[in-house]
Amino acid sequence: MNTTIMLFLLQDGITNGAIYALLGLALVLVFAVTRVILIPQGEFVTYGALSYAMLATGQVPGTARLAVAMGLVAFALDLFFARKALHARLVIRSVALNIVFPVALLGLVYALVGPHTPIAVNIALALLIVAAIGLFLYRIAFQPIAHTSVLVLLIASVGCHLALQGLGLVFFGAEGLRGPALSSAAVTAGPLRFTGQSLAVYGLTVGFIVALWLFFGYTKTGKALRATAVNRLGARLVGIRTTLSGQIAFLLASVIGAISGILIVPITTLYYDTGFLIGLKGFIAAIIGGLVSYPLTAVAAIVVGIVEAFSSFYASNFKEVIVFTLILPVLVLRSLAAPQVEEEKD
Amino acid sequence: MNALLSVIDVHISYGKVEAVRGVSLDVAGNEIVTIIGANGAGKTTLLNAIMGVLPLRGRTAFAGTDMAPLDIEDRVATGLSLVPEHRELFGSMNVEDNLELGAFRIAKAVAATSLERVYALFPRLKERRKQLAGTLSGGEQQMLAMGRALMGAPKLLMLDEPSLGLAPIIVADIFRIVGELRSAGVSVLLVEQNAQAALQIADRAYVMELGEFVLSGSAKDIAANKGVAASYLGFQHEGDSAI
Repeated sequence: MNTTIMLFLLQDGITNGAIYALLGLALVLVFAVTRVILIPQGEFVTYGALSYAMLATGQVPGTARLAVAMGLVAFALDLFFARKALHARLVIRSVALNIVFPVALLGLVYALVGPHTPIAVNIALALLIVAAIGLFLYRIAFQPIAHTSVLVLLIASVGCHLALQGLGLVFFGAEGLRGPALSSAAVTAGPLRFTGQSLAVYGLTVGFIVALWLFFGYTKTGKALRATAVNRLGARLVGIRTTLSGQIAFLLASVIGAISGILIVPITTLYYDTGFLIGLKGFIAAIIGGLVSYPLTAVAAIVVGIVEAFSSFYASNFKEVIVFTLILPVLVLRSLAAPQVEEEKD
Repeated sequence: MNALLSVIDVHISYGKVEAVRGVSLDVAGNEIVTIIGANGAGKTTLLNAIMGVLPLRGRTAFAGTDMAPLDIEDRVATGLSLVPEHRELFGSMNVEDNLELGAFRIAKAVAATSLERVYALFPRLKERRKQLAGTLSGGEQQMLAMGRALMGAPKLLMLDEPSLGLAPIIVADIFRIVGELRSAGVSVLLVEQNAQAALQIADRAYVMELGEFVLSGSAKDIAANKGVAASYLGFQHEGDSAI
């Protein structure tokens, strides 16, 4: 093989790896704070990508209506769980978050949608829609069972994935979609050509990693999220609302998922179920990082991307097999090296 | 005068087993109250239930507000704070972050003065402020747990077995600081197996046995009680047990 091909493959691998890194980081974040292994992360990718693609063609995506429906359910749950002590403030907050926000968003989508809507507006709308869905998903599916075991949370997570994927088929149909590129600029360096799109992928990934690092290291909310992850009871004893921590984690994860989707959809055709496979590769990176280490996850994601690029060149039929096989030696090593982790009870 | 904390006829159950039965207690402002009793008497259970960690039946009020509808997080905001038996520190975060999070519900400006005060009370914590909480010694962890609770500017601090597993010299230090808290305007509800030390600093005491209070009164009277002396202070007066 010559150097040019190798460089192409590396470039391709790193671009995909950057996306996997974003998804892996979101998985680690959600697991650390809520102990949920976020299988529906892939659906956030698809929903973000395909909502953006539909908005770009001037249609209203079904996800905007889903957000309203989920908001209603979340509101009903809020009322039900607070029925013994209903404060006016609590009800107002719940109405604002669960009803006013998604309804206003739906209104905004109807008002702004059209074939000539600027790309930035479409991106913002798609992100807001998926953010709302992520937030309500936590409220509806995970907050009521937040105290249960990792296994119960995982099963709920698989259920959410199946439900959201099914809804995805309803909203977007079985046909694949592509979205418009963020920028048509391109830079040439030697034999390599960097499109504006791939530069955006690198830039956003690095930007997100730095932003997350600053957020967790230096802000009060970020530290509170870490504290929730380290010791749930301790966090409650200093007055941190662990439900709020969970909501913030899901909000971040859904926004990260949607951004990843919007970054890929101009490069590859996405179908309603493509997100799952993409999410799984982020999951492999997260597992290699032990579901705790952010830097290790990011590095592992790049490795996953590169392995995928090379194996699709040499043995494209076995591409997925090779990528997913990566996880086996890691699991063996980790289970041999790590002491039995006792599940935290609270 | 109204009690700061009042607990009236409280029952706490684990499933069908009733661990605490019909307990009433109160703590006034600027007062140190201790609950002494043997292992398994229900002292820790009672503190956890007052904080909201466990559900209870009965009435609890703090600073004049009924606490029944409040979650742990909201009870913290009203000025009630618990230093639990297992301390529940954020082990992989450093001392200063732990303290800073203790002031999670407090305005930033107030938190800064709280931090100064906590460092003045526990100079050891200032020396170790960049060290991870999980790597501290047992005594330092207890200091950090107390410091973290004090960062929230509580009106009442509930301490669960602060002396457990610590060297005597550190225990003395911790009890001295508990005494200092009273002069700083913080009431303390102290659960201890080390009855002798607890009775020395407390104003009033309750004696707990098998989920019930069997005796209460001024700390001095309790310490002088023959039965208590025999059961908890490790020396025998002449005559029969009074409890």
